[in-house]
Amino acid sequence: MTMNTAPLLTVRGVKTYYGNIIALKGVDMDVNAGEIVTLIGANGAGKSTLMMTIFGKPQAKEGTITYEGQDITKMPTHEIARLGIAQSPEGRRVFPRMTVYENLQMGASVNNLAWFDQDLEKVCTIFPRLKERLQQRAGTLSGGEQQMLAIARALMSRPKLLLLDEPSLGLAPIIVRQIFDVIRKVNEEDKTTVFLVEQNAYHALKLATRGYVMVNGLITMSGTGKALLADPLVKAAYLEGGGH
Amino acid sequence: MERTEKPVINWGQLFKDGVFAAIVAFGLFALMLGFKTDQTLNNEMVLVPRPMLLWSVVGLVFLARIAIGYWQASREGRIAPPKKATALWMLKAEKYGLPMVIGFLVAYPMFVLLTAGPQGAIKWIDNFGIQILIYIMLGWGLNIVVGLAGLLDLGYVAFYAVGAYSYALFATSEPIKDFLAQLIGEGFWQAWAFWICLPVAGILAAFWGVMLGFPVLRLRGDYLAIVTLAFGEIIRLVLINWVDFSNGYAGISSIPRPSFFGVPFNATDEGFSAKFGLEFSPIYRTIFLFYVILALALLTAAVSMRLRRLPVGRAWEALREDEIACRSLGINTVNTKLTAFAIGAMFGGFAGAFFAARQGFISPESFVFLESAQILAIVVLGGMGSLLGVVIASILLVGGVELLRELDFLKLYFGDGFDPAQYRMLIFGICMVLMMLWKPRGLISAREPTVFLKEKKIVSADHVKEGHG
Repeated sequence: MTMNTAPLLTVRGVKTYYGNIIALKGVDMDVNAGEIVTLIGANGAGKSTLMMTIFGKPQAKEGTITYEGQDITKMPTHEIARLGIAQSPEGRRVFPRMTVYENLQMGASVNNLAWFDQDLEKVCTIFPRLKERLQQRAGTLSGGEQQMLAIARALMSRPKLLLLDEPSLGLAPIIVRQIFDVIRKVNEEDKTTVFLVEQNAYHALKLATRGYVMVNGLITMSGTGKALLADPLVKAAYLEGGGH
Repeated sequence: MERTEKPVINWGQLFKDGVFAAIVAFGLFALMLGFKTDQTLNNEMVLVPRPMLLWSVVGLVFLARIAIGYWQASREGRIAPPKKATALWMLKAEKYGLPMVIGFLVAYPMFVLLTAGPQGAIKWIDNFGIQILIYIMLGWGLNIVVGLAGLLDLGYVAFYAVGAYSYALFATSEPIKDFLAQLIGEGFWQAWAFWICLPVAGILAAFWGVMLGFPVLRLRGDYLAIVTLAFGEIIRLVLINWVDFSNGYAGISSIPRPSFFGVPFNATDEGFSAKFGLEFSPIYRTIFLFYVILALALLTAAVSMRLRRLPVGRAWEALREDEIACRSLGINTVNTKLTAFAIGAMFGGFAGAFFAARQGFISPESFVFLESAQILAIVVLGGMGSLLGVVIASILLVGGVELLRELDFLKLYFGDGFDPAQYRMLIFGICMVLMMLWKPRGLISAREPTVFLKEKKIVSADHVKEGHG
């Protein structure tokens, strides 16, 4: 399963604790440039914890996280964000009282709004719905629109690596499909590397170059998206009755 | 939607409710308000009956109960009409209101001087004008911390105190005075102390803002409020107990008053009146002080408006909304919070220095928690983040209390010992309760977007859930 591309992000032996409780028990993972990597797993497996650990909140107690050859394990979150990693956090976390436009500005603040106008146009073509709602408060958007905004906001920083935490959470199937189409498009057209944490295993694995399965704070399986989709164990645990 | 049928109002029931409420009120207030214990010249305690007061309160309760009942009945079965675009006038108010307010403020002393004459004008400029402007400035300063950055600060008065004491201590310091007398000339410090100490007071207050900011950075909401509250009290208690430093309860007196850029306001030949060929009158100093605090307040407003359009201002607002999201967008939340604290504190310090200069005397009594509460009330009442709202709230709260002193005619009605100013906290509380019922997001709750595409549209708070809008 090695590819010819260089690993953009490497996670080696990462252990994360919440107080005394261990959430990640030594995770190894790679994300290569240009890939879409999906992490699936049940509730409480530690998927979001891994994503947040990459972002330095909470920090890993053991192990190393390397991004473009640089050790970012102990780096403060805001500095990690400045390296070209963007995140659309779980539960969307848009700024509800600020307008959509201002939310997007916040996304571009890492690079001082250098390409703001261009990028605004771009995300507006990707998400025409947002264009209609630019002057609206983000808190007044529907769940799907807020998710679009969260992704758009992350894209505004022109990230090399985009971390998406459960973008399909609580959304109607048709919106889920739209969101996944966008992820594919962003990956293909802008060569943005995507690391996707999902419970919606069927859609996520279909989209993914490679995938990992996490159980109880450990990676138990890995492989190409197609291979995992076909795997009987994955099928039984995550896909039964799933594929809409 | 049309109202389907006219609500039926049962007047008999309303009347019954009213009578019942009045009876309860009578039971409650008969002893509390109906009688007052008093001392005669022989030190005997006598009961003074106050039937007028008692009956008017009972009457008020009766009428109020009926009014509430009527209001409730008239709403029953009614479908709430769709929200009108009330927000538009608010945008207009923000746009035209502020220049109008500023114009009025600039003209205010002249207007008062013309209508009330030099003797009457001092009271109106000092008690109303300057007093309200100090609170407007404090409100605008606190607005940066609470309204923009969303950090609930219950100890803002601490920075006010730091500013006031910085100025008072520096200006009355003998070593500095002697040193400058040798270096530049006698009387220099007396004349220029205010203008030199004003920035120093601001910087010191900002420094203390950072000092407070560092340990409390991890805290939010209630916990932050408690710590800032404690900080405010600590500063006050230090000022009381460290007598060598601050002269304790006795306070600091004979603080030099501000000069007209070196020209003192006194009756001598070197004084302001003599230099400008005017007849000596204390009114000139008052008018000058008015313009100084007006300038300081406008500076605060200008800075906070400008900052809101800069990345740091937007980062403050984003921080208020969601700290985690902020961090993951590459914003250094530590620095962002510290700048908010420091800048807010700096304006508190300016206001404090001005306060000390205006009073000529300060003591820890002026920096009690109630002051913090009042400033915070002004910000909340005005609508978090709204500059014009702060102005309106200051006028209502501070000016309203001052106006209470003017209501002498009430004595005819309630008896000679009645002092309306004593009821200020009661009225204050009632106002707050009413406000929170009718306009839970403050007087001016809509927020003007800092950036816009083709046209400015108001961002109404109506659709955002409570606590978010």
